[in-house]
Amino acid sequence: MRHLIDILDLTPQEIGQLIETAGDIIDRPGAYADRCRGKKLATLFFEPSTRTRLSFEAAMYELGGHVIGFSEASSSSASKGESVSDTIRVVSCYADIIAMRHPKEGAPLVAAQVSGVPIINAGDGGHNHPTQTLADLCTIQREKGRLDNLTVGFCGDLKFGRTVHSLITALSRCSGINIVLISPEELRLPEYVKREVLERSGMPYTETQDLDGAMKDLDVLYMTRVQRERFFNEADYIRLKDSYILTADRMKNAAPQMSVLHPLPRVNEIERAVDADPRACYFKQVLYGKYMRMALIMKLLEVN
Amino acid sequence: MVIDSINDGIVIDHIRAGLGMELYRVLELDKLDCQVAIIQNAASRKLGKKDVIKIDSPIHVDLDVLGYLDPDCTVNLIRGGAVAEKYSLVLPATITGVIRCKNPRCITSVEPELPQVFRLTDKAHKTYRCIYCDTVAKRP
Repeated sequence: MRHLIDILDLTPQEIGQLIETAGDIIDRPGAYADRCRGKKLATLFFEPSTRTRLSFEAAMYELGGHVIGFSEASSSSASKGESVSDTIRVVSCYADIIAMRHPKEGAPLVAAQVSGVPIINAGDGGHNHPTQTLADLCTIQREKGRLDNLTVGFCGDLKFGRTVHSLITALSRCSGINIVLISPEELRLPEYVKREVLERSGMPYTETQDLDGAMKDLDVLYMTRVQRERFFNEADYIRLKDSYILTADRMKNAAPQMSVLHPLPRVNEIERAVDADPRACYFKQVLYGKYMRMALIMKLLEVN
Repeated sequence: MVIDSINDGIVIDHIRAGLGMELYRVLELDKLDCQVAIIQNAASRKLGKKDVIKIDSPIHVDLDVLGYLDPDCTVNLIRGGAVAEKYSLVLPATITGVIRCKNPRCITSVEPELPQVFRLTDKAHKTYRCIYCDTVAKRP
């Protein structure tokens, strides 16, 4: 039995296969409409995340399966003080697979240690969110036609942004990737990510505070939100939240084929006018996320 | 200062000066009823100063813990008043129940009965990370 707790739980080959399956689902959705008939997905959301939960639920419904679960901890036994392990032991008696979001980092690993069914980490605090990374990788593959020999820029909150760390980690296993880190001084990529991921893999990277100057060389620009909940100090959040805003005017500096990705939700870091630009891929990214979750559910349930 | 040699037991030598009491605590030597000596700031040609622990009983010592806390210390097993075995320490792949994760967002902060497990992620920098949240362990 397999779980997905960290993006590194999947080999690059397995990720490639998931992207292929997602592509086949896009081409032939009817062929997958009954693949999970009779199967139940439990969505255990100990903190609200409507977008991710709906993506998992839509994915399971489109595979012909059923969904049970809860959307916040207050409507679960966690509010009575039940441990993660006990909740999972109980739910794995009812469901065939579990997608779990939890505010505490490592909770999905605890779940995987006791679960009788596959666990998918749907986000644990500021730690991992591997299915977002699958959505990101699928988007890059489909937009650029490859996952190698690319210059990928990351902009905004590179310090707290878990999606950035996960995507950089996943890309570190691909060849010919150049990373450009664009952020204010206060939100630079942590040293340990540089040391343990970038430098260990030998992936070249540069750091800059100049978004306009960097954009002309990028194949992909991954924008991120400066998240209020990651700050202990409100004043720091207010001072930094508008640091890097992508506008239609700024897009004139970008390469004609540059793809703009964003894990969403956005606040104001991408101007609405950019949405009409054919290089804006963040809503397609949402759709690819659903197809990747469909492919993942099938893989973990071992249904073909 | 003279500390008698021991007949059957363990000598943990070349401990980084100042770390002796920490090793004493983690190895739970206070729970033994045999003689235990801690020598602090002993002269050392190699280190300048060192700590030494002598345990006058052939107890089991968790070499993994020692490998994490002070991989440069040496462990000698004494039998019949002579060194019978020398152990060289290595950084263990995982450490359980020695370090507590300090990350308030870690699941172990709200479920304290979970085992505290750290894994070696960077041998060159001797970095250990919590298996749950990847927070780096602070070295003693």
